[in-house]
Amino acid sequence: MLDALDQGRQGGGTRARVGRPPMFPVEAQGITVRSDGRLLLDDVSLALTHGPRTVVMGPNGAGKSLLLRVLHGLVAPDAGTVNFAGRAADAAVVRRQAMVFQKPTLLRRSARANIKYVLGGLDRAARTAAADSILAAARLSHVADSPARRLSGGEQQRLAIARALALDPDILLLDEPCANLDPASTLAVEEMIDSARDGGAKIVLVTHDIGQARRLADDVVFLSGGRLAEHTPADRFFAAPCSAAAADFLAGRIHIPGGHDRR
Amino acid sequence: MVDLGSIIGLALGLVASGDTELYAIILLSLRVTLTAVLIGCLIGLPLGAALAVLRFPGRGAAVAVLNSFMGLPPVVVGLVVYLMLSRSGPLGVLGLLYTPTAMIVAQAILVTPLIAALARQSIADLHGEYDELFRSLRLGPARQIATLLWDGRYSLTTAALAGFGRAIAEVGAVIIVGGNIEHVTRVMTTTIALETSKGDLPLALALGMILVAISIGVNAMVLSLNRTAQRLAHA
Repeated sequence: MLDALDQGRQGGGTRARVGRPPMFPVEAQGITVRSDGRLLLDDVSLALTHGPRTVVMGPNGAGKSLLLRVLHGLVAPDAGTVNFAGRAADAAVVRRQAMVFQKPTLLRRSARANIKYVLGGLDRAARTAAADSILAAARLSHVADSPARRLSGGEQQRLAIARALALDPDILLLDEPCANLDPASTLAVEEMIDSARDGGAKIVLVTHDIGQARRLADDVVFLSGGRLAEHTPADRFFAAPCSAAAADFLAGRIHIPGGHDRR
Repeated sequence: MVDLGSIIGLALGLVASGDTELYAIILLSLRVTLTAVLIGCLIGLPLGAALAVLRFPGRGAAVAVLNSFMGLPPVVVGLVVYLMLSRSGPLGVLGLLYTPTAMIVAQAILVTPLIAALARQSIADLHGEYDELFRSLRLGPARQIATLLWDGRYSLTTAALAGFGRAIAEVGAVIIVGGNIEHVTRVMTTTIALETSKGDLPLALALGMILVAISIGVNAMVLSLNRTAQRLAHA
């Protein structure tokens, strides 16, 4: 985590994790999720490689967050598989992922204690020192002793990301981490995401903020109505999307299910 | 008709008199009740948390049984403990009948389901908040339960106080297993029952007032400590 954030601040490039079994590519095959007779994800297949930051986009209800939960193993699909470097997810694989939720779930403890909570294998003094370093890297030292739940929205989300990075994940999944944040907080979060990527973590970010996607995406997964509309490099996606759904989304044409379309 | 003013005066007089017998009864009441509540917390809080976190066949039935046990009749509990501890009972060899220990056992049986049921509800609410994080971190049930008990400790005080309230006011069980023996097992509630049966209603009422005052005092003290601790812990 420290390396990741420090490397990011120094403008270092992506570095591979050494000494760990391979995780990539992450291959989702035929992911289908149903609920109450509704098809929430419909036969979604995609492959994610290590380097590029993948941004998952789509309108509300497209299945973006659900796809992230399936990749993270929080939701078991009704059909389909997720493989990591050709292997099914096992305990070792899932522990090398971390997820940040749209609404940060912080423990009723201080900011420092929230970080210490996920640091294992160290004695108390070492955990405190590591947590303080992580908070410093996240520019949260000034709130280390403050109750996590009384931090500002931006600080809470940065703390949640710092806690996720404290796990030193190979894959960092972020579910709309900047929803409801002001521009300054959004920028701070985006800097942390960049630093994590530079430190070697694969970034998979859900957003429906087109501006953020333009800033962060190396490739874009676009979902519409639970189906994969396209998975293309970001420059091509924003210049000339392949799917009509993505073109409409980027142009601000809104499809209202069962209603009239608006432009 | 009993005059309230004179009852209050009698109660204050009893307290001010420094009557060693009265204070011995008060101390025994507190000792029995606080020990029973402590046992109830040690068993009931993890039990309630486990029922909130674990998913297993029959969990709904277990919760229903636990909730219904909140209303266990004290005399029935007293009778069962009596039968267990009586000389011909399975635990008769321990010689605990008509001792404060027997009263603690009976009260612990009464308050444990109450504490567990209230803890389960409180922990279930907190678990709803933490569930996705726990699953994301792949935490096992033991770590989840420990986290929930720690983070929910301030709201769990209510469960402990409810147990205290039930135990301190209870008479049916302790009079059966304790026997209301002077200087041995006589507590506030059994003394009130005794004085009522003797027809000394003013004294019984005065003792009742002292009991209520003790209960309010303990509640106020615990809540105050709880608030201070919460402020210091920034929870």
